[in-house]
Amino acid sequence: MTDIKKETLLEMYKRMNEARSFEEKVSYFFARGMVHGTTHLSVGEEASGVASCMALNSDDLITSTHRGHSQVIGKGIDLNKMMAELLGKYTGYCKGKGGSMHIADVEAGNLGANGVVGGGHGIAIGAALTQQMKNTGKIVLCFFGDGASNEGSFHEALNLASVWKLPVIFYCENNLYGMSVPIGKSMNIKDIAVRADSYGIPGYIVDGNDAVAVYNTVKEASEYVRSGKGPVLIESKTYRWLGHSKSDAQIYRSKEEVEEWKNKCPIKRFRKYMLEKKLATEEELDTIEKNARQSIEEAVEFANNSPNPPIETVTEDVYA
Amino acid sequence: MANEMKEMTYKDAVKLAMVEEMRRDENVFLMGEDVGLYGGAFGVSVGMLEEFGEERVKDTPISEAAIAGAAAGAAVTGMRPIAEIMFMDFTTIAMDALVNQAAKMRYMFGGKAKVPMVLRCPGGSGTGAAAQHSQSLEAWFCHVPGLKVIVPATAKDAKGLLKAAIRDNNPVVFVEQKTLYKVKGEVPVDEDFIIPIGKGEIKKEGKDVTIISYGRMLPRALKVAEEMESEGISVEVLDPRTLVPLDKELIIESVKKTGRVILVNEACKTGGYLGEIASVIAESEAFDYLDAPIMRLAGLDVPVPYNPELEKAIVPSEEQIREAVLKVMNR
Repeated sequence: MTDIKKETLLEMYKRMNEARSFEEKVSYFFARGMVHGTTHLSVGEEASGVASCMALNSDDLITSTHRGHSQVIGKGIDLNKMMAELLGKYTGYCKGKGGSMHIADVEAGNLGANGVVGGGHGIAIGAALTQQMKNTGKIVLCFFGDGASNEGSFHEALNLASVWKLPVIFYCENNLYGMSVPIGKSMNIKDIAVRADSYGIPGYIVDGNDAVAVYNTVKEASEYVRSGKGPVLIESKTYRWLGHSKSDAQIYRSKEEVEEWKNKCPIKRFRKYMLEKKLATEEELDTIEKNARQSIEEAVEFANNSPNPPIETVTEDVYA
Repeated sequence: MANEMKEMTYKDAVKLAMVEEMRRDENVFLMGEDVGLYGGAFGVSVGMLEEFGEERVKDTPISEAAIAGAAAGAAVTGMRPIAEIMFMDFTTIAMDALVNQAAKMRYMFGGKAKVPMVLRCPGGSGTGAAAQHSQSLEAWFCHVPGLKVIVPATAKDAKGLLKAAIRDNNPVVFVEQKTLYKVKGEVPVDEDFIIPIGKGEIKKEGKDVTIISYGRMLPRALKVAEEMESEGISVEVLDPRTLVPLDKELIIESVKKTGRVILVNEACKTGGYLGEIASVIAESEAFDYLDAPIMRLAGLDVPVPYNPELEKAIVPSEEQIREAVLKVMNR
């Protein structure tokens, strides 16, 4: 199970640290009003977003979510273009037209974050249908949250994908709250993974703060899905340390609860694991952390030095 | 051969367009509720399963959100799906996939995506199917940048425009007319016969008044126009065929010529597309040529009722169109 290559482990650690540094920087910008709009941060969910993508083949596809920074960094993304998009710059992934909620890199298999809860389900099954019809051997990983599992699109997509045996992993990041409402008040089950039973597909539960467990679970699931047996549902149990969005006072949960989850930091845990198993040295990991922070500083510099989109581009690209 | 015509129903013209494009391009496929063995609720795809198999003529679960969403996802990854929604009324369930996803992907992603999908749906009343199976909701889709909207009224237009829609690299809502499905017309057999999206057509030339109409109301407008000849009124009938993008030039030129315009459709009047066409005319140089106020004849602002007499009463009749012509002519 755990014989993940060292270079993969280190790359995973790098991307998790990049995600953390990226979001800390974005959080800082928002707190100081240096960027407009809003953003949804995944601090605390780095193992869930990064390790899942790392377990895929590099040419597999994903649909991401509004809380998708860790996911797309896990998929492998140009941090400069990503930061530029956050700052609304012309050099960003979406030429400044998408922002945090619409980061996409279709060519590289990232079919886009989504501003609509449950908006990615249909796109994911359609993308999986393409892989099936063209017999590409690629699979699709569809990210969504606990809240999205109460949307009609979730049930329609799982049902259709199960009937057509589409190569898609439905990957639910259950962070225990749909904005302010705890899952106990929005669903009558404890584990979202049990919903797989309704569609006759395998359901997995994984500790979403355990990078190795996430990696191994998605790896196993991807082999099943890639072999043509149809979709699976994975529930990754995790927690967001920060509010739903920048304007969340978080009156719906206690500081103690947040602290408790901070003690389960996925990055610290992964670091400890690698040190204990002697898979990496302190020095190696320190260097990775330092480099991750440096990459984000460079991304900020790139973004700051980038031009705004020319006004005349506002009417471009409505139609192909 | 290129000009050879064949008489066929509107429905068969729709099918022929799909069949030709599926033979031409292996990325084109059809999915929807009961489109396979059953051949679609209106029989449009009868026989297609036999030719193309279950791989490319796909029966879906009754899941409109998944159908439209899957179409968007398949399109953005390289297929050219045709998704059938059994009744236009059920597009309500597919709205997120169409409006928030398919229509916006290209723009949101900075031009780095294309979504070549067609969503076919039959609209309109006149079949006794009442309020939830009879609506004409085209104006909703016209209000969403990124979508193209087509409402063909003849077999020829259905074929030429559906082929154009399938070859187009954008999401297209193709509104078929269920009461026209069995109407026959001459259709070019040429497999490369395409009607460009965004080109309207003068269906009958005239000098005194322009009727702009599309879909199920077009045949009524044409009938009235022919009858008016005997009364010495020369009526021009213009079918925009595509609502988005709209052939504004054709409309403006026609109104400049006649100086009088009546707009006719069956959709509810309030917030309907006729208001948009009226505005296009009012904002253009054609305004200075108007000899009478722009007149709209549209559906009543009520849900579609069941009783056949009530149902008939909610959409413009030939008599009402005739009266409107006389009114703008001051007769």
